Amino acid sequence: MKLYSRLSIERKRTVWAWGFLALPILFYVVIRFYPTADAMLLSFQNWNLLGARSWAGLDNYIRLFNDPVFWKVFRNTFMYLILGTPISLVISFVIAYHLDKTRFLHGTLRALYFLPFLTTAVAMAWVWRWFYQPVPIGLFNNILSSLGFSQVRFLNSTTNALPSILAPAIWAGLGFQIIIFMAGLRAIPVSYYEAARIDGVSNWTILREITLPLLKPTIVFLVVFSSIGFLRIFDQVFNMTTNDPGGPLNSTMPLVMMIYQTAFSSYTMGYAAAQTVVLFTVLLVVSLVQLRLLRDR
Amino acid sequence: MTRFKTMALGATTSLATLMAAQAAQAVEIEYWQYIFDTRVQAMDTLIERFQEENPGITVRHSTFPLADYRTRLAAAIPAGQGPDVMQLFYGWLDAYVDADLVQPLPSDVFAPEMIEAEFFPMVEAMKRDGAYMALPTAVRSLALFYNNRLMAEAGFDAPPETLEEMVEMARAMTVRDNSGNITQVGITTGMNAQDHHWFREVLTRQHGAEPYLDNYRTVNYATPEGIAAFEFYTGLELTEEVSVSGFMDEPQAAFRAGRAGMHIDGSFRIGALEGTRGLDWGVAPLPLSADGVAANYGSYWINAITQRAQGERKDAAVKFMEFIVSEEAMQLWLDVVGELPARPSVALTEENLANPVFGPFIEGLDSAHTTLFVDETAQRQVLMDAVQRVLLEGMSPAESLTIAQEAEQEIIDRLTAN
Repeated sequence: MKLYSRLSIERKRTVWAWGFLALPILFYVVIRFYPTADAMLLSFQNWNLLGARSWAGLDNYIRLFNDPVFWKVFRNTFMYLILGTPISLVISFVIAYHLDKTRFLHGTLRALYFLPFLTTAVAMAWVWRWFYQPVPIGLFNNILSSLGFSQVRFLNSTTNALPSILAPAIWAGLGFQIIIFMAGLRAIPVSYYEAARIDGVSNWTILREITLPLLKPTIVFLVVFSSIGFLRIFDQVFNMTTNDPGGPLNSTMPLVMMIYQTAFSSYTMGYAAAQTVVLFTVLLVVSLVQLRLLRDR
Repeated sequence: MTRFKTMALGATTSLATLMAAQAAQAVEIEYWQYIFDTRVQAMDTLIERFQEENPGITVRHSTFPLADYRTRLAAAIPAGQGPDVMQLFYGWLDAYVDADLVQPLPSDVFAPEMIEAEFFPMVEAMKRDGAYMALPTAVRSLALFYNNRLMAEAGFDAPPETLEEMVEMARAMTVRDNSGNITQVGITTGMNAQDHHWFREVLTRQHGAEPYLDNYRTVNYATPEGIAAFEFYTGLELTEEVSVSGFMDEPQAAFRAGRAGMHIDGSFRIGALEGTRGLDWGVAPLPLSADGVAANYGSYWINAITQRAQGERKDAAVKFMEFIVSEEAMQLWLDVVGELPARPSVALTEENLANPVFGPFIEGLDSAHTTLFVDETAQRQVLMDAVQRVLLEGMSPAESLTIAQEAEQEIIDRLTAN
């Protein structure tokens, strides 16, 4: 106490600042950094959750590198990203752009678009799983079949399953992206548009020269945010393919699900940790590259 | 010593003795199993009876959802927490034995000779170095469920006895819509459900193959006989066209909805089918091969004593163990849960054998094989993929099964290496 009262006001402020900062730092160290570091350590060990951990050296990484399933899963994960991010951004921008100009039922429409984002992924995945079933129960196939078309194998196909699972995932994320885009659109000063209109510029040019460049920070945020989301996709895949997790023939398995299965159904925690470290690295690299590419010059 | 001190000492000593005596009288042990309504109910009844017979012992019954049961156990036991007696799936035992987390059953109470004489032979899978590590209350086997209404519509009055009859009847019960899509299957298929057991332990043997060698350490089903079995299985969808894998999402769902003529499943399905409105079903033993070979797959949940039970807790745990694998407990388990008694003396009574529902399952126990899985999920996946390669990618059954054998061997080798 005596020590504290002798400090200058400046110093006291620093002490308080550190005092407040200490709490989140402690929290992050215990809840985030320690487990992260432990997972990295674990990736060099073998552990079945029951016995003692034993050193494995680089074995887990070597096994990962030589595992054909891992490379397939790696490709799937990037397919989710490469298809998911651009498609969802284009759709949500188009909707936000037009919704921004609509006055009629604006609030209701916006709420309707946001609704899927509030729905539980699990419930949604199961409803879509039902939509996709073959006859006699699947909604889509019953419609196709009653119109005289042949059935489409949605989930039970090595080529169609991934896009089929991606569709509801994109739809569910739209609401959030639309809201962010609309906020970005509102933030653009009206005076620019007025000036452009006085000059008689076409709508297309306004979009290209004013709207899109000024939306850049919003786009950067959404690209990074949705990329991380698609790289970490799990709920939809897990719930739509419980009969053959990540299947058929691993065609829909994302990296997170491979980690989950390696850890909690095969109980090889070290191997799962090695996969987690790889995912972490991928997420880090992708985020850094995107930030750099989309950064303001 | 002053008088006060003597008195205090005396009081303390007597108090300590009293407390010790009370502790000896009241031992509390903990029992864990997963949540499944009838199992919990049956165990509660058993605990009640056990406590009446042993007034000094209290058993605390904790249950967890199956989805995280295994993780809960794995987190609690190495930390010195958790149960004194627990239920495990038989396939998990090795991991617990290797980690030194379960104790062998004391041979004065559970003599190996006694167990081998009084239990079904499939229980032998629980023996390690001459001692039994765990014992089941109940065992499960497979049988053929059939839909009485669909059978009658197709003009059959008895379930099939051979595989050939089964295919023929399935053909008669398959229904298509105008576009040729199957809207009702003759028999359900799905390697993700019980079919991988049916193929692994039953169909292979019925076609003359020996699916595993060296006590389940060498995979051996990719022989001409095993391939014939696999061709029969994939043929149900490809050539006979009496089934669709993934039909109505899950085989049991298709059967419950009355959209499947026949369905192969375990005795644990009985409870779920009972009371399904509008479903009139029956059970028959698994169909025999053309030359009359019977085979079945047996599996079970076991009870084991953990290292946590020491001293008087161990005595109590052993007593409890003895009670829950007793004949009385087994009959109750059959009546409440519908799982088959692990002792022939209880299972093979005339009354149980004549039971139209349990009878066929009990009959199957005689020819039941218990696969010693090292990682059941991964080994199941291997066979699921084998079927998908044939159905989705048009690979020949022979090539696909050979790939499967290599893949499964690799899993076994990796997990048994250390």
